[in-house]
Amino acid sequence: MTETVFYIFAAIAVGSAAMCILQRSPVSALIWLVQAMLALGAIFVLLQAQFIGIIQILVYAGAIMVLFLFIIMLLNVGRVQSSDIRGAAGIAAALVVGGLIIAELSGLWAYTNARLGREVRASAGLVQAAYAFAGGQAAQHDTQVRGVVGGIAPPLFQVYLVPFEITSLLLLTAIVGAVVLAKRRA
Amino acid sequence: MLLGPALGLSALLFTLGVAGVVLRRNAIVIFMCVELMLNAVNLAFVALAQIYGVGGYLIVFFVMTVAAAEAAVGLAIILAVFRHHQSIDLQNINLLHG
Repeated sequence: MTETVFYIFAAIAVGSAAMCILQRSPVSALIWLVQAMLALGAIFVLLQAQFIGIIQILVYAGAIMVLFLFIIMLLNVGRVQSSDIRGAAGIAAALVVGGLIIAELSGLWAYTNARLGREVRASAGLVQAAYAFAGGQAAQHDTQVRGVVGGIAPPLFQVYLVPFEITSLLLLTAIVGAVVLAKRRA
Repeated sequence: MLLGPALGLSALLFTLGVAGVVLRRNAIVIFMCVELMLNAVNLAFVALAQIYGVGGYLIVFFVMTVAAAEAAVGLAIILAVFRHHQSIDLQNINLLHG
């Protein structure tokens, strides 16, 4: 059942992403991208990451995409006369690059939990397997006991406290940078 | 559960994002394709977090924050370039051309 729903949303995500890069109008491309992100949010929920799924819909499909739409509206580039898709050379380049990447990454389809566990244990230098997998089980147990958000909050504010604070600095810098860049030069 | 298919879908979406960056000339659409690539990577993190624990979710959290900051600054740059050139077609943007 979960698998069927996953494949339905996966098809929606891939189809919408393909439409996004093929639509001539930026507004249509953006709406298709929002559709792809909503499908990805549903997939996150299917993968037991309910909090991340909600954040995906609120922050990505909501806030960031509205920012894009706002800029498109502000620049009035929604209605285009000529297509901005590159010519035959560009299409060929996109096909070659895309084909290379997909050929390189196609082995990922075959991965299962058991195979990943075997490979991680085999490469001892990469990560301490016992620690990682015990942590994973502990995290799942934690989620069951403390709820979806309760399982994420303690590591975020204890283990990852410094990156979290740096994130706030990054956002402040981004705000200042955006204001300086977008300010009209007198 | 669903580890392989999720990683495969992530690879597929990332490829579509790269193809979009190569294919398009509109700066905003290229930016949207970059967001698509970030989303694909997030999917890989979430899929692996099923096994490795909540660390993956937290990385997704940080990636989203960085994406928001990047979107704000990038769109401000596009706005500034549009004021200068009256166009966001990358063909017309060659400020760094020697």
